[in-house]
Amino acid sequence: MLKVQHTSAPVEFSEKLLAQFADKVSRYPEGKQKSALLPILHDVQAELGWLSPEAMDKVAAYLKIEPIEVYEVATFYTMYLMRPQGKYFLEVCRTGPCCLVGAEKIMDYLEEKLGVKEGEITPDGLFSWRGVECLAACGFGPVLQIGPEYTFYENLTPASVDQLISDLTAKANN
Amino acid sequence: MARKLLLEHINVPGINTYDVYRSKGGYASVEKALKTLSPEDVVEEVKKSGLRGRGGAGFPTGMKWSFLAKPEGVARYLVCNADESEPGTFKDRYLMTYIPHLLIEGMIVASYALGAKTSYIYVRGEMMPQIRILERAIAEAKNAGFLGKNILGTGYDLELYVQPGGGAYICGEETALLESLEGKRGNPRIKPPFPAIAGLYGCPTVVNNVESIAAVVPIINEGGDEYAKLGIGRSTGTKLISAGGNVKKPGVYEIDLGLPAEEFLYSDEYCGGIANGKRLKAVVAGGSSVPILPANLFLKTANNEARLMSYESLSDGGFATGTMMGSGGFIAFDEDQCIVRNTWNFTRFYSHESCGQCSPCREGTGWMEKVLHRLENGHGKMSDMDMLVDISKKIEGNTICPLGDAAAWPVASAIRHFRDEFEWHVTNAATAVTRNYGIAHYADPLVIAEKAG
Repeated sequence: MLKVQHTSAPVEFSEKLLAQFADKVSRYPEGKQKSALLPILHDVQAELGWLSPEAMDKVAAYLKIEPIEVYEVATFYTMYLMRPQGKYFLEVCRTGPCCLVGAEKIMDYLEEKLGVKEGEITPDGLFSWRGVECLAACGFGPVLQIGPEYTFYENLTPASVDQLISDLTAKANN
Repeated sequence: MARKLLLEHINVPGINTYDVYRSKGGYASVEKALKTLSPEDVVEEVKKSGLRGRGGAGFPTGMKWSFLAKPEGVARYLVCNADESEPGTFKDRYLMTYIPHLLIEGMIVASYALGAKTSYIYVRGEMMPQIRILERAIAEAKNAGFLGKNILGTGYDLELYVQPGGGAYICGEETALLESLEGKRGNPRIKPPFPAIAGLYGCPTVVNNVESIAAVVPIINEGGDEYAKLGIGRSTGTKLISAGGNVKKPGVYEIDLGLPAEEFLYSDEYCGGIANGKRLKAVVAGGSSVPILPANLFLKTANNEARLMSYESLSDGGFATGTMMGSGGFIAFDEDQCIVRNTWNFTRFYSHESCGQCSPCREGTGWMEKVLHRLENGHGKMSDMDMLVDISKKIEGNTICPLGDAAAWPVASAIRHFRDEFEWHVTNAATAVTRNYGIAHYADPLVIAEKAG
């Protein structure tokens, strides 16, 4: 169960984010602005990295809906993160077709390589990972994705995972 | 070589851009429909084509359109279901990635036919790259005068938007999708009323799959009768099949419906056979929710006739000896794959993705997942198989939406066709639990020889 604890610092949304909100709301008929909730939560998560209770409360105020309406949506959909993750959050497809071509080996390898279990963050804060259900790329498995752009990495092997981790580490350190 | 209607230009460099797409005859169906056909004419062409919903249900698209209520003064909506997340299915992602304008063109024609002034493409949230591709393509189409006010000077107005989901398989169910589009949890609605009467915001709405919408383009360009000449019987036209699992050449293929299953699996034009010199053990022909078939029953029906890739042939004999066309998500299992482990994996998926609204689905999928997990881990009992079948029967048909059926069929069919392998897991528990990434120790007598050559 979600425990909403308002303990983090107050959240300020950037001008860019507020402009994105307005664009999203304009896509629906008047009075149906709640339709913008899912797109707006994606935008907030892309900017802040996760959805803190304070951020969700501010979204509720912006859309003129109750905070609980935001919480119930945010906790229903698996893409919304209820706690911070590593700078790079690797999501590996763990469903049938990917497993037929080695997804479980990739998850085991990732755990060994990063030295953290599913859901944990590496000490340097750079990486965390989890298995997720079907990513609809079944012909190119094993696959993983990294938000907020949701870039896809297909036909994974231990060697390509090594390369990916090394590229991302170099990117973060530059 | 079969006729390509959707993928004809897929390999043309830059086909994802408006200019190249237009140079290949793109948007001709919009010009033809808006300038020379009435909305009713467009619906009639789609009816004549015999097109059936390509998302999995196979309901005639033209008939679905003709059910749309048209009260005066009430908005009508077309919503494209691009929430593709059925395990084994990745054709819509492919279309949207490489030829996004085909979907947009189809959306314009379909919206015109239905009298929609605003339409949405609901794309699963994980497909952010495809969402960006579609948004860029929509901007290009608008720039060229195919969207917005007074399209091509015909007086028809249409706004088209892309809506991201949040990561929930259930939103592929049309009423759950509409709930999600309204900014809510994706809990399916009780039908009736059907979306054609009360859909998005309570207004008449049609929800169609990406591939169905894209197929409207060749249907209008060439006429419904021409489209209906392709295919076989009531399975008209072409179908995208996404092939994955242990095939030599995974990918998305466009086939004429009625292609022999054996040709699809073994010919070099399509899957090219089973990878790594292995033999075929089983096939899931239409996405993970359809019943699994052992190799022999996939290639030949119970009457020993060649199985065809068509709605009717695949379902020949019902679930005892057949399966479903579904979404066209084709998964091949080679002789090394463990059916018990795969069934557990699929069931974990359905348990995870159940929205929790109906008790049989919420509790039943979790229960099946636990029993299958213990079987897979060498702690099963002989009575487990009967219990699984019993649970699956209690889920099937007893839920608001078809996710319950989708969870029940893989389990029931796996036990029906591979009961020996489940029993082997109970009697050979110690061997079964060896950590081996799902490679079966059990040698299946139904595995058939790989084709020579």
